[in-house]
Amino acid sequence: MQWRNSSDNYGLVSIAMHWLVAIAVVGLFALGYWMVGLNYYSGWYRTAPDIHKSVGILLFGLMLVRVIWRFVSPAPSPLRSHGRRTRMATKAGHGLLYGGLFVLMISGYLISTADGRAIGVFGWFEVPALITSIPNQADAAGLVHEYLAWGVLIFSGLHALAALKHHFIDRDPTLKRMFGRADDHV
Amino acid sequence: MLKKTFAALALGSMIFAGQAVAADYVIDKEGQHAFVNFKISHLGYSWLYGTFKDFDGSFSFDAAQPEASEVEVTLKTASLDSNHAERDKHLRSDDFLNVAKHPTATFKSTAVKSTGEGTADITGDLTLNGVTKPVVIAAKFIGEGQDPWGGYRAGFEGTTTLTLKDFDIKMDLGPASQTVDLIISVEGVRQ
Repeated sequence: MQWRNSSDNYGLVSIAMHWLVAIAVVGLFALGYWMVGLNYYSGWYRTAPDIHKSVGILLFGLMLVRVIWRFVSPAPSPLRSHGRRTRMATKAGHGLLYGGLFVLMISGYLISTADGRAIGVFGWFEVPALITSIPNQADAAGLVHEYLAWGVLIFSGLHALAALKHHFIDRDPTLKRMFGRADDHV
Repeated sequence: MLKKTFAALALGSMIFAGQAVAADYVIDKEGQHAFVNFKISHLGYSWLYGTFKDFDGSFSFDAAQPEASEVEVTLKTASLDSNHAERDKHLRSDDFLNVAKHPTATFKSTAVKSTGEGTADITGDLTLNGVTKPVVIAAKFIGEGQDPWGGYRAGFEGTTTLTLKDFDIKMDLGPASQTVDLIISVEGVRQ
C-alpha cells in the first residue's frame, strides 16, 4: 500500500489517521462519560480527567495534521457508482464531523483553561491558556462540550452505519477503501 | 408575622419616646466591604476557601437593642469562586449547588439573641439549593461609627456550619468534609 492517497485508493497515512481518530473519539467519549461520575475517593478521580485532556490535545494535533494532509494528498475521487446526492451528503457529513470535532475539542480546552491554567499533556508539555475572558467560560464551554460530545458520537454512529450500508446493501467498496483493501474495485 | 412584629416594634418605640429606633443599613456592595466566604476541609488535611462574589442585603441594628435587629441577605449562587475554574464549574453543577435550578440563596433572620458583649446568635431561615432550613449564625459586632465620607457604618462577622447533606448536596467529599463553614463578614451603610 502507498503512503499517499491515489485517485482510487486511500493511502496508509489517511487510513491510519482515520482509525486512530475513530478510536480516540469513542475512547474519549467513554472516558469522559465515566469520569464525571467518579467518586471523590476513586483512584481515577484525578488521573482520568488528566488522561482525557492529554489525549484530547493530542487528538487536536492529529486532526490538524489530518486537515493539512488532505491538501498534501487529496482524498481519492468518489466512487463512480455514487450519484450527485450521495456525493453531496458525503461531503456535508464529513464536513460536519470535522467541524464538530474541532469545536468539541476547543470547548474542552476552554473549560480547563478558563482561569488561565495550562493543560499538561502526560507531563510531556503544556498547552497554555489563550482565552480566559468569555463570560461564564467554564460553564458555557462545558455545556457546549457535553452536548456536542453526544452530537459527535451519534453522528459518528450514523457515519459508521452509512459505511455499513454501502458495504452490505450497495455492495460498493466504500468501507473496503478505508481498510486499504479495495484492489478489486474500479 | 414579621410585619406584625415590626409594627409592634415601631409602635413600641413611639410609645417609649426617646428610645432609639433601630437604624436600617444596606450592605456595602458598591465598595464591596462585604464577604460571604466558605471553608471546607480537603480530606481532613487542609482548608479549602471560596467566596460568593455577588450578593446583596440589609440589616437593622441598634446597639442599645441588639435583639430587635433583623438581617436579610440574597446571594447569587453562580457567583461562587474558589480560584479554580474546573472546580467552580463542578461546584455549580447538580453534584453540589445546582445553580441552574437554584440561582439564589437567601437568609432571613427570625430571632436575634444576645449572647454577650457584642455577640449574638442570629437564628434565621437559610434557603440553599432549594432547601430551606433554620440555621444559627454566631455573630460578632465589630464596630460602628462615622466614615470619612459623610456616612455612618456598622460591621459584623458571623459564622455558621452547614451539613452538606441537609441541603441536598449530592457529592460526598469524604468523612472529613461533611460540613462547610460559612463566614459572613459585612459592613452596612446607614440609610
